[in-house]
Amino acid sequence: MRHLLSAADLDRDEALAVLDTAARMHDIQHRQSKKLPPLRGRTVVNLFFEDSTRTRSSFEIAGKWLSADVVNVSAKGSSVSKGESLRDTVLTVAAMGVDALVVRHHQSGAVQRIAEWVDCHVVNAGDGTHEHPTQALLDAYTLRSRLGALDDRHVVIVGDITHSRVARSNVLLLTTLGARVTLVAPPTLMPSGVAGWDCATSWDLDAVLSGKAHGDVDAVMMLRVQSERMSGGYFATTREYATGYGLSPARLDLLGESVPVLHPGPMNRGLEISTAAADGPRSAVLDQVQAGVAVRMAVLFRLLAGPDATAEVPA
Amino acid sequence: MTGHARVPAAKDGPNGDSVAGEVLGTADVARIVDRIAHQIIENVAKTGFDAVLLGIPTRGVPLAHRLADRIASFAGVSVPVGSLDITLYRDDLRLRGVRPLGQTLEPDGGIDGKTVILVDDVLYSGRSIRAALDALNELGRPRAVQAAVLVDRGHRELPIRADYVGKNLPTSTDQAVRVLLAEIDGTDAVTIRDGRPEAAEVHA
Repeated sequence: MRHLLSAADLDRDEALAVLDTAARMHDIQHRQSKKLPPLRGRTVVNLFFEDSTRTRSSFEIAGKWLSADVVNVSAKGSSVSKGESLRDTVLTVAAMGVDALVVRHHQSGAVQRIAEWVDCHVVNAGDGTHEHPTQALLDAYTLRSRLGALDDRHVVIVGDITHSRVARSNVLLLTTLGARVTLVAPPTLMPSGVAGWDCATSWDLDAVLSGKAHGDVDAVMMLRVQSERMSGGYFATTREYATGYGLSPARLDLLGESVPVLHPGPMNRGLEISTAAADGPRSAVLDQVQAGVAVRMAVLFRLLAGPDATAEVPA
Repeated sequence: MTGHARVPAAKDGPNGDSVAGEVLGTADVARIVDRIAHQIIENVAKTGFDAVLLGIPTRGVPLAHRLADRIASFAGVSVPVGSLDITLYRDDLRLRGVRPLGQTLEPDGGIDGKTVILVDDVLYSGRSIRAALDALNELGRPRAVQAAVLVDRGHRELPIRADYVGKNLPTSTDQAVRVLLAEIDGTDAVTIRDGRPEAAEVHA
């Protein structure tokens, strides 16, 4: 594997290898000393053109625990704000002898373009409304630790599918791992091209959660309603959204006792998820955060610990 | 079975089916494990059995458990068993690429102040033991570290030796030595084949 740009870059074997490696990395998180040597002498730059707390910090921790030197570059205060082009910024950073770039950008496809410009490894840490493959990996990791193998499992993803890079990456990865996915959203937040995705869709959350519409549910993933969408005319009021698509205590009761509830965070309590769902025994939200570091360690390890990027035959 | 110039093929046990290139059979492996167990008992009895067995995945782990079983039945002492994955400490990751990680399980009671006996199937370059010594550092500070191997095939590249050796097998570097264990491979045997070392064996 040269880059991780899309969840589609991972075939089943590679995805399982990353998840198994992550499980071993997870063990290490409970040790007193978390320093491991395999990326000693390697440099990872977190290049973030968009704000992020958990993704950036978990990549930073992951790199440091593997002994890589990690440098954070954020667009704010950088030459980007002085009018430098994306290409010039990226080539400048890459020219410093970087082994991997972890990139987040607010425009879909930006990270794929960057990967064409540089010789080093590139990891997509979220590009626009397109993809967020390491989020999908940590979701799959969390689901696997709760449910076991994901073959024939039914995962329901609820919320703003149109603007969600998490949903797209999850559909790709979960189907690769043998699960089936049902997307639930109001019509205004369901992407127009969704017919081409390998999943079922519905506008009726209650019918899906109760199992009447698409069969028994093994896991539910609630997506964040982004505040900038609230005034975008996608739904009338936040209350209307919460009524139709929020995971309320009543809806929680439609789910089996052991059905995990995931949320990529940060959560809008009372909007897409109720406190009962967020803090109840089904909630896997904190597991997801823990898994984030382990999964990113696994990705960095598998990309960087082997032979040099330039010497490697692209997969 | 084709004979090898350096090591004559050993006779297998009465019921065992022999494997191609086999130099040790099921009965031999059992005898060797028994002998190493006795040697460990002799050695660590002096320090009040403060030992722990740490198997190096993959095949060092079942070997460590077998040794613990034998020690328990010979001496009536239960020696804690753990496993120590060395993948992240290998010096050939960039050369040979990444590989799946094994599991590290700290033995009951930890390793601080204990005599840690590293258990592996084949001792070859010594690089696995070096990596294991580095990996041990992260787990704690043992009183002493020893190594037990089923087969020592020579060709050391580092100043490392084993304290307990099941069988010295003089080999050439273009031969491949494999240890098969029932827990993983369905049968017990040690084989030598001519030609390039197999992927599973190069790192031994």
